[in-house]
Amino acid sequence: MKKILSKEEKTFILKELNKYKNPDAVIIEILKFVQKRLRWISLDTIKEISKIISVPASKIDSIATFYNQIFRRPVGKNIIKYCDGVVCYINGYEKIEAELSNYLKIQPGNTTKDKKFTLIPICCLGNCHNSPTIMINENLFSNVTKKSIITILDNII
Amino acid sequence: MKNFFNKNEETHPLTWRIKDLNSSIFIDEYENKKGYFALKFALKNLSPDEVISIIKSSKLKGRGGAGFFTGKKWDLMPKKKNILEDRYLICNADEMEPGTYKDRFLIEKLPHLLLEGIILSAYAIGASVSYIFLREEYVLSKILLEKSILEAKNKNYIGKNILNSGFNLKIFIHTGAGRYICGEETALINSIEGKRPNPRYKPPFPSHFGLWGKPTCVNNVETLANVPAIVLNGSSWYKNISNNDDTGTKLMGFSGKVKNPGLWEVPFGLTARELLEDYACGMKDGYSLKAWLPGGSSTGILTESYLDVSMDFNSINIIGSRLGTAISIAVDNSINIVSLLLNIEMFFSRESCGWCTPCREGLPWSIKILKDLVNKNGRLGDVEMLEKICKNLGIGKTFCSFAPGAVSPLYNGIKYFREEFDNGIDTNLPIYEKKVCGIQSNIFS
Repeated sequence: MKKILSKEEKTFILKELNKYKNPDAVIIEILKFVQKRLRWISLDTIKEISKIISVPASKIDSIATFYNQIFRRPVGKNIIKYCDGVVCYINGYEKIEAELSNYLKIQPGNTTKDKKFTLIPICCLGNCHNSPTIMINENLFSNVTKKSIITILDNII
Repeated sequence: MKNFFNKNEETHPLTWRIKDLNSSIFIDEYENKKGYFALKFALKNLSPDEVISIIKSSKLKGRGGAGFFTGKKWDLMPKKKNILEDRYLICNADEMEPGTYKDRFLIEKLPHLLLEGIILSAYAIGASVSYIFLREEYVLSKILLEKSILEAKNKNYIGKNILNSGFNLKIFIHTGAGRYICGEETALINSIEGKRPNPRYKPPFPSHFGLWGKPTCVNNVETLANVPAIVLNGSSWYKNISNNDDTGTKLMGFSGKVKNPGLWEVPFGLTARELLEDYACGMKDGYSLKAWLPGGSSTGILTESYLDVSMDFNSINIIGSRLGTAISIAVDNSINIVSLLLNIEMFFSRESCGWCTPCREGLPWSIKILKDLVNKNGRLGDVEMLEKICKNLGIGKTFCSFAPGAVSPLYNGIKYFREEFDNGIDTNLPIYEKKVCGIQSNIFS
C-alpha cells in the first residue's frame, strides 16, 4: 500500500501521543492535522493512522464520521460555509445560498469542477448581530449581501 | 448602544473594562483594571472551601442555559481523598446554539477575565488540569486565548506553584470538529476522551465520574467570568446588583430585524420590552414584532404580548419557555412561523447524535410534516401528529435534554400560531390513516 502520511505528519502524531494518557484522545487532533494538507480523510488514511497509534480503524472511523468538519469526501481548495441558523434565516440567508449556488454552479454540499470551492451549510457561527454571515476557510464575513458575496469570491479567485 | 461606555465595576462586573469594542483586553490593561486582584486575594486569604461558600451564597446560576446553581455544582464534587488525586475543570466554550454570541464576545474581548475565572474555579474545586473546550469555527478566539494563556504563564498565574501558594494548574485548549451535541456536558467529556460524542447516561454525574473517570466540573464561559468579581467584592454585593431572585448581571441581547442588534450586560429582572426598545432600539422601519425567542433556538417561541415578562430564569419558565442563553431573537411580521420552525427543526435534526430513537426518528418526521405544511399540501391530522411528536420528545422521554429543547419552539409555535399551521393543510387530500398509524417516519417520503 502506498503511504499517504508525510514524515512531518508522523512526527506530529507521535508527539501528540505523548501529551495524553490515552491514544484515543488524540484522534481528533490527528485527523484535523492530516486534513489540513490532504483536505479530506480517506479510508486508507484512517488505516495508516490506525497502525501508528494502535487504535482500531473502526474506532477512528466512528469518530471521523461523527464530526461535520472532518471531511470524508474530497473537497475543494476553499470551503465556503454559509450560516443557516435561525437569525440568518430571518435575515435571508436563502438568498445568499441561492446566489452562491448559482454563481458556483453547484448545489450545497458539492464541489466545483475545478476543485476550487466547496459549498456547505453550517450551524450558527455566533455572529448573529452581524447576520447574514459566511465563513470562507478561516475568515468570517459579516452582513453579507447578494452583491458583496460575489466581490468576496472574486477576490479569492 | 445605550450607556455602553458609561459603566463601572459596581454595576457591570463583566464588561466595565471594555472601552473600545474593536480591541481585546490583554494582560497589561487587564492588570491595570484590577485584573487578577481576585486571584491574588483568594490564594492569599481564602481556602478552596471558602471560595465555594462565597459562590454558593452569591447564588450564581450557570449561564449556559440550564441555570443550575454553580456553588451547588462545585459542592457536589466529592472531597479529595489525597492531594494527588486527579480532577478536572472544563470550560464549555462550544457555543453553537443558533442565535447566541455571548461566549465569543467574552473570549474575544476579555480573555483574561475568563482565565482568571478558570483559575479561581479550579482552585475552589481542587482541579490541577483545566480544558477549554472551544468550538473549532472560533478561529480568532483560539488565537487570542493562546496568547493570553502564554501571558498569564509568564506572570505565574498559570503553571506550577501559582503566586507561591502551592497551587498548580495547567490550562489546555481543546477544539472540537463541529457538532452541536458536543455542548452537552457528558458528550463534551466523551469528545475530549476521543470517543464518539454521544451523551452519557446520568447518574453517575460528571462530578463523580467525569473525564477519564475522575471528578469533573463543566462550567460555561460566562459563569466562570462571573467568579472573579464575586470573590473580590463578596456575595452580598453581587446579590444587590439585581432586584430579582436571580443574582448579578447577565449578557442579554437581541438579534433579528431590530435597529441595533447586539448584546449588553444588564441586571436580571429587566423586561424583554426594555431590552428590545431601549437597547436594541426597536424593530427596523417597516417591520413589526410578531414573535420572539427568549434565549436561542431551543427556547419556546413567545408572542408579542409576553414582552413585559421579566428576564430571569423563573419568570420565563412560568410562561412556558426558558431563559436559555438570554440572547433573544426577534421574529418580524414578514416571517411565516411554520417556515421558521422548519428551519429550526432542520437544524436540530441535522445535529441530533442519533443515539436514542425518539430524537433520531421524531425530528426528521417533524421536518417532513412541516415541509408539507409550508408547501400547502399537509393532510388533516398533521398538526395533531406534530403535537404528538412534541409530547414524545418531551422531558424524560429521551436520553439527554437535546430533544426537549428541539421541540419546545415547535410546541409553543403550534400553541400560539395554530392557524398558520392549519393554513398549510389541503383538505382535498385523503387522510392516510395507515401511514399515520404505521409509526415509521420514513414512510412519508
